[in-house]
Amino acid sequence: MTALLSIIVLVFIAIAIWQLIKIFDLAQAANSSSDENSEVANDKDNKTQGRLMLAFLAFIYIITIVCFIKLGDLPLMSNSASEHGPTIDNLMIISMVIIFIVQTITQFLLHYFAYKYKGEKGKKALYYADNDKLEFIWTIIPVIVLAGLIISGLFAWTDIMDVSDEEDPLVVELYAQQFNWKARYGGEDNTLGMANVRLIDIDRANILGVDESDPNAQDDVITTELHLPVGRPVLFKMRSQDVLHSAYMPHFRAQMNCVPGMITQFGFTPTVTTAEMRQNPDIIDKVANINKIRVRNSEKLVAKGEDALERYEFDYLLLCNKICGKSHYNMQMKIIVETQEEYDAWMKEQKVFAKSLVAN
Amino acid sequence: MSAHADTHDHDEHHHHKETFVTKYIFSQDHKMIAKQYLITGTIMGVIGIVMSLMFRMQIAWPEEPNVIFEALLGKWAPDGVMDADIYLALVTIHGTIMVFFVLTAGLSGTFSNLLIPLQIGARDMASGFLNMVSYWLFFLSSVVMVISLFVSAGPAAAGWTIYPPLSALPLAQGGSGAGMTLWLVSMAIFIASSLLGSLNYIVTVLNLRTKGMSMTRLPLTIWAFFITAVIGVISFPVLLSAALLLIMDRSFGTSFFLSDIFIQGEVLHYQGGSPVLFEHLFWFLGHPEVYIVLLPALGITSEIIATNSRKPIFGYRAMVASILAIAFLSTIVWGHHMFISGMNPFLGSVFTFTTLLIAIPSAVKAFNYITTLWKGNLQLNPAMLFSIGLVSTFITGGLTGIILGDSALDINVHDTYFVVAHFHLVMGISALYGMFAGIYHWFPKMFGRMLNKNLGYIHFWVTAVCAYGVFFPMHFIGMAGLPRRYYTNSNFPLFDDTADTNVIITVFALVGGVFQLVFLWNFFYSMFYGKKTVQNPWRSNTLEWTAPIKHIHGNWEGEIPHVHRWPYDYSKPGHDDDFVPQHIPMKEGEEELHH
Repeated sequence: MTALLSIIVLVFIAIAIWQLIKIFDLAQAANSSSDENSEVANDKDNKTQGRLMLAFLAFIYIITIVCFIKLGDLPLMSNSASEHGPTIDNLMIISMVIIFIVQTITQFLLHYFAYKYKGEKGKKALYYADNDKLEFIWTIIPVIVLAGLIISGLFAWTDIMDVSDEEDPLVVELYAQQFNWKARYGGEDNTLGMANVRLIDIDRANILGVDESDPNAQDDVITTELHLPVGRPVLFKMRSQDVLHSAYMPHFRAQMNCVPGMITQFGFTPTVTTAEMRQNPDIIDKVANINKIRVRNSEKLVAKGEDALERYEFDYLLLCNKICGKSHYNMQMKIIVETQEEYDAWMKEQKVFAKSLVAN
Repeated sequence: MSAHADTHDHDEHHHHKETFVTKYIFSQDHKMIAKQYLITGTIMGVIGIVMSLMFRMQIAWPEEPNVIFEALLGKWAPDGVMDADIYLALVTIHGTIMVFFVLTAGLSGTFSNLLIPLQIGARDMASGFLNMVSYWLFFLSSVVMVISLFVSAGPAAAGWTIYPPLSALPLAQGGSGAGMTLWLVSMAIFIASSLLGSLNYIVTVLNLRTKGMSMTRLPLTIWAFFITAVIGVISFPVLLSAALLLIMDRSFGTSFFLSDIFIQGEVLHYQGGSPVLFEHLFWFLGHPEVYIVLLPALGITSEIIATNSRKPIFGYRAMVASILAIAFLSTIVWGHHMFISGMNPFLGSVFTFTTLLIAIPSAVKAFNYITTLWKGNLQLNPAMLFSIGLVSTFITGGLTGIILGDSALDINVHDTYFVVAHFHLVMGISALYGMFAGIYHWFPKMFGRMLNKNLGYIHFWVTAVCAYGVFFPMHFIGMAGLPRRYYTNSNFPLFDDTADTNVIITVFALVGGVFQLVFLWNFFYSMFYGKKTVQNPWRSNTLEWTAPIKHIHGNWEGEIPHVHRWPYDYSKPGHDDDFVPQHIPMKEGEEELHH
């Protein structure tokens, strides 16, 4: 299929070049009989190009509208699943509205002027070099708008990044390595044991380099799925064992890099359980749409003798969002937000660190 | 050459005979060096764009066999299926080539060299020899970069930002072996080239202006090139230091950027370094680099819009002030690339503040361009179309900067396709348009012949439609949370609904890419067979159009013209013509309006 497509593209290239050479030759022949400035735009060119400018303005508007209708259903701009999410979403919407207004007006002026004032022989432009008042106006308007954005942005940022004011947060370590994620919970005492990659002992299955002698470490729990109780603040401590990774949790409007040699942190409070989110009408629509696409793709795969795709069910995800090597594109971990009871039940099933070690 | 030499007949300095080698290869003439930069930049541009088309095809049709991959990638595409490592390498080298080799060296190198001496009225650059060395270092760095593509373990693949530890450890990635070594060597040479060039531009602008050419009579092109060179001199050395420290870490066991690493079953000895330090050093260049790319394009646009509107550029002083403001601010905003790098969140607040301030001078520039068009007599030449196109993409791309520069919002769209769309429009496409505009406008000055205008029109319109077709929808898949630099998204059913959009984007990219052949054809054909130009084809005011069409060493026969006015006296009342070149003396009672 792609091979065929590529060949078609190559053929088109060849045809296009051949056609263009012809146009070019014709143009050259026509030029030789006209005046010496024939490669400079004349009134006819200005007229055509001016109209095209107007058409291009229409194109920009149309592509904007089409994109908003077809792609504007943005799970990232509504349906956040964390307490600070709506703050970011509102700020995003305000910024988008400002952008939309400015974009619509300035593109109109630019392209409309290009059409309206297209050149004509004998016409003289207005000699208009300066106007301090105008300059002042369009300096001061952005200043006011930006001041508003900066202030609200800074309040939101400070609020989100300040993790010290959370009372009794659940402490979870996110541990990144090429190319998977682990989560470590503090256990009963909600305190993580000391850890360093120098303490990694593969033979004893101490894969996170947790300090075996640290009393706080004994009841730590290491998992490959991230479970969070709804409504309780979570404080993530992030580590990486090899290269930079980034813990990106788009549904929670959360992201922080994992940096080898240091511990980074990010905190949020999940507000919607996975089960609730699956019942959200927007998400039901999105999932249905995705499954329609998957059924379509499955048909093609089955026809080729391959397995069909699994049905998609909504889950929160943690993705790696900092280039980290060959399998960067498949470094993910499922996040499950659940009620406190469900969380406690799940936690009870997990093995604590002291018991997960293999004796030498 | 010293300034007072201008008044003497210059030819006596150049009686030595020019051979083929001194004229075309090791030339010290700025006009020839400009052409050399342009051609080298064009070749690198073709490589960079072909790479982008290849990885776009992979994104649209993941893991499907493709004859183009098989032909071009060889062992990296077994059975025509692109390998995940080479995907990252293509992304990395595409970024490196386009940012540095095409839009820095290709753009600044070409037009600063061509225009600085010609527009300020100088015989040549302050040091022709350094200028020649600068070009040949650039050439050498290009060769090394291209050679790095053929290393057996693969070219550098850590992203164009080459963050360690990924870029430092061959254990982490095949491309971080010899490929990365060559990348670093190439960049070190490149930086040396860039610094020599920038120093030359600065000295030339400050010392070699012709009589009457005060700083406030400089064309905005020169202001842009001059300030660009200043930014380059301030920021490129920092990247050089980062590259050298990284080389130390890689090859000599130091720990500047590395600490506590366990990889492939072993603990490495590194201790106490920080990758975040590298990020600071990198972006201290990396962000000003955006303006090193963009300012020359804006300068070129200012000149072309004024000339083709047959109107003075609106707000000359505000334009200069905004260039200065952008240059200053550009050096204190680098942290907005690092909001979520793990640096102190307080720094995030500071950088949000400084970053959003840049919107102010940018807005002033955009409004001034639009006002320049107002009530003009617009000559819609291809160069003018590309300049208007630049203003359009500069606005579209620039506006989303208020989202990315806002640390709170950046949390969520950082490193998604939203960022890719933003910077490609605001600096990639805009700067590329600036470069095209410059080529269409000054081709007659460079080669004595005209580019075919109809091919120029076709080139512009297809490129313009495709640029929006590629990058506009990309904002939306970014807001849907799709991370950049993923080899395939098929492991995330969550993103299945972005697949169709990705196909559309790739089709636009392919069409746009293929139509650049129209430009290449026009460029190389017209160089030899294009219509011969007249002395001043665009009826422009600047000094370069007073120099003879056929290039001579020293630029002007006899005395260098003196300057009596600013360069934007278009359609000035009291003059018959709609342009009054800078060397025309003031009439009696005529006032210089902009002071």
